[in-house]
Amino acid sequence: MTTRIVVVSAGLSNPSSTRLLADRLAAATTEALEEVELTQVELRDLAHELTDHLLTGFPAPALAAAIAAVREADGLVVVTPVFSASYSGLFKTFFDVLEAGTLDGKPVLVAATAGTARHSLVLDHALRPLFAYLRAIVVPTGVFAATDDFGDTGLQQRIEQAAGELAALAGKVQSTGAARARRTVEDEFSEPTPFEQLLRNASGR
Amino acid sequence: MQIGIFSVGDVTPDPTTGRTPSEHERIKATVEIAKHAEEVGLDVFATGEHHNPPFISSNPTATLAYIGAKTERIILSTATTLITTTDPVLIAEDYAKIQHLTDGRVDLMMGRGNTGPVYPWFGKDIRQGLNLAIENYALLRRLWSEDVVNWEGKFRTPLQGYTSTPRPLDGVAPFVWHGSIRSPEIAEQAAYYGDGFFHNHIFWPAGHTKQMVDLYRRRFEHYGHGTAEQAIVGLGGQFFMRKDSQAAVREFRPYFDNAPVYGHGPSLEDFTEATPLTVGSPQQVLERTLSFREYVGDYQRQLFLVDHAGLPLKTVLEQLDLLGEILPEMRKGFAEGRSPNAPEAPTHASLVAKAGGPHDTTVHAVDDVTGHRAEELAEEVSA
Repeated sequence: MTTRIVVVSAGLSNPSSTRLLADRLAAATTEALEEVELTQVELRDLAHELTDHLLTGFPAPALAAAIAAVREADGLVVVTPVFSASYSGLFKTFFDVLEAGTLDGKPVLVAATAGTARHSLVLDHALRPLFAYLRAIVVPTGVFAATDDFGDTGLQQRIEQAAGELAALAGKVQSTGAARARRTVEDEFSEPTPFEQLLRNASGR
Repeated sequence: MQIGIFSVGDVTPDPTTGRTPSEHERIKATVEIAKHAEEVGLDVFATGEHHNPPFISSNPTATLAYIGAKTERIILSTATTLITTTDPVLIAEDYAKIQHLTDGRVDLMMGRGNTGPVYPWFGKDIRQGLNLAIENYALLRRLWSEDVVNWEGKFRTPLQGYTSTPRPLDGVAPFVWHGSIRSPEIAEQAAYYGDGFFHNHIFWPAGHTKQMVDLYRRRFEHYGHGTAEQAIVGLGGQFFMRKDSQAAVREFRPYFDNAPVYGHGPSLEDFTEATPLTVGSPQQVLERTLSFREYVGDYQRQLFLVDHAGLPLKTVLEQLDLLGEILPEMRKGFAEGRSPNAPEAPTHASLVAKAGGPHDTTVHAVDDVTGHRAEELAEEVSA
C-alpha cells in the first residue's frame, strides 16, 4: 500500500535551510515507509496565489492542486522558518485557507529552522497549538534546526526519530481509513444531508 | 430564457476621478438603470439587500415597488432577500403586496448574507445562518400557501390563527430562487421544494458553479419534481464591453484593480480567465455568455452585474445599450441547440396557468364571537 506524504515548506531563500531540513525529513520518512508517494509543496512558489486566495476566496490552479494534495495525504511534514517568535506569515496563510476539517485526524510532523537555538520552543508554543486547533495529530518529536545544528549528528537522530513516528501513524491511518469526525463541504456534495434532516436540525428537534 | 441585470447597490468611489456619489445619487441611479434595462429589452431587474454602508440597498421592497411603478414589463426580483435576518412574516406581506401592485411582475431570491455584525442588529446570530434560512423559509411558504397559520419554531414568536395579507395575487405565490455560492445545503433546499437555484457565478471559478448546479439538478430529480434537465437554474455574469476590445480593457482596468471584491488581488487577465468576467468586445461577451451552458446545461435566467466598482451612471447606461445590441443574438444563441426538455423560467402567468387559472384568495375576516364578517359590520355601522 502506498502512503501519501506531503511536505509543506515555507522557506523564502533559494536554497533555504528550511528546504534543506524539509528534504532530510522527506528522505527519512520515505526510508521509514515501504511505498511512498511524496509531494512537495513549496509555499514561496504559491505566495501570490495565497494572497489572491485571501482576497478572492478561491484558489488558483497551482494552489488548488497543493490543497488537494494536503487533503488527500496520509501524513504531512510541515517546515517553517521562525519569524518574529513564531511561524512565518506565509506558512500560516497556507493553513488559513484550508477548509475546516481538512486536517482532522491527519498525522503531522512539525519542524522549524532559525538562526539560533533560542527559538527552539516555537515548535511547542506556536506550531503544536496551531495543529491542535486544526485537529491534526502532531507526532511527539518535533524537529528544530538552528544554523549550527546542520553540523551536528544529533539533528539526524531527531529527524529519524520524528520520521519514524510519522511513518507509524501515517501507515496506521491508511489501514483504518482515517477518522474524519467533521463532515466537510466535499462530503455534502458527494452525499448530501437529506432536507428533512436539515429541517429537523434547524428547529433543534 | 430570461436575461437581466442584478445590482449590489454599492456606493464606491470612481477610482479614475476619486469622486464618490452621494447616497441620493446612487439610489436615483439605480432607478435609472432599472428603467433603462427595460428600454433595451432586458427581462429582469434584481436588487441586492444590505443594511450597512457603503450600500444603498436597504429596504429593497420600496425600491422594487417604485421601479415597478416606473416600468411596464420588466420582472422585479432580488439578489438576494435576507431570509436569515428578515422576519418571514414581513417578507410574505411585502412581496405579496408588490405582486398586487405590479400585476405579478415579481419574484425573489433567498440568500443568507455573510456580514457577521448585521445578524445581531436584527437579533440574530450568524452561526445559526443556515438554520435560520431553513426554518424561516419553511414558515414563509406556509404563510403564502395557507390562509390561516398556526406555527411554532425556534427563531420567532409563535403564530396562532395568523393570516398574512394580502393573499398572493391570483392565489399564486411569487416564484422563489435560492442563491448560494458554496453551501450544498441551500442547493438541497431549492431541490427539496422544487424552487429555482441561482449561482452567483461571478467572482468564482466555473468548477464551483458546476458542482453546486449539478448537486441541485441531481437532488431536484431525487425529490420528484422532474428530471435533472427540468430543474430551474439561474447564473450571474459580469462584463465590461466596448466596440474595440482593447479600449474595453484600458477603460475597465482601474475599476477592476480597485474593485471592492477582488481589487488589489489577481490581475485582470488572471481573473477573466478564472471567472466568468469578460472584458472585451460585444462579440467576446456574447460568445463567453453562451459558453456557460457547457458546464451547467441549458438554464433559465442569466443576470449580469453592470453597476459596481464605482462605474459612473453614464458608463453603466452605455453598457446596457451595448447589451441591448447583442441581445437578439444572445437569445438566438441560447435557443440554438436548446434541449426541448429544458423549461422556461416560471413567471406569474405560467404559474397561474399551472394552478388551473387565477383564484381570488382574499380572506374575509369573521368575528369569532358573533360570526360577523368585518365588512358586514362596517355596512351595519354605515347603515
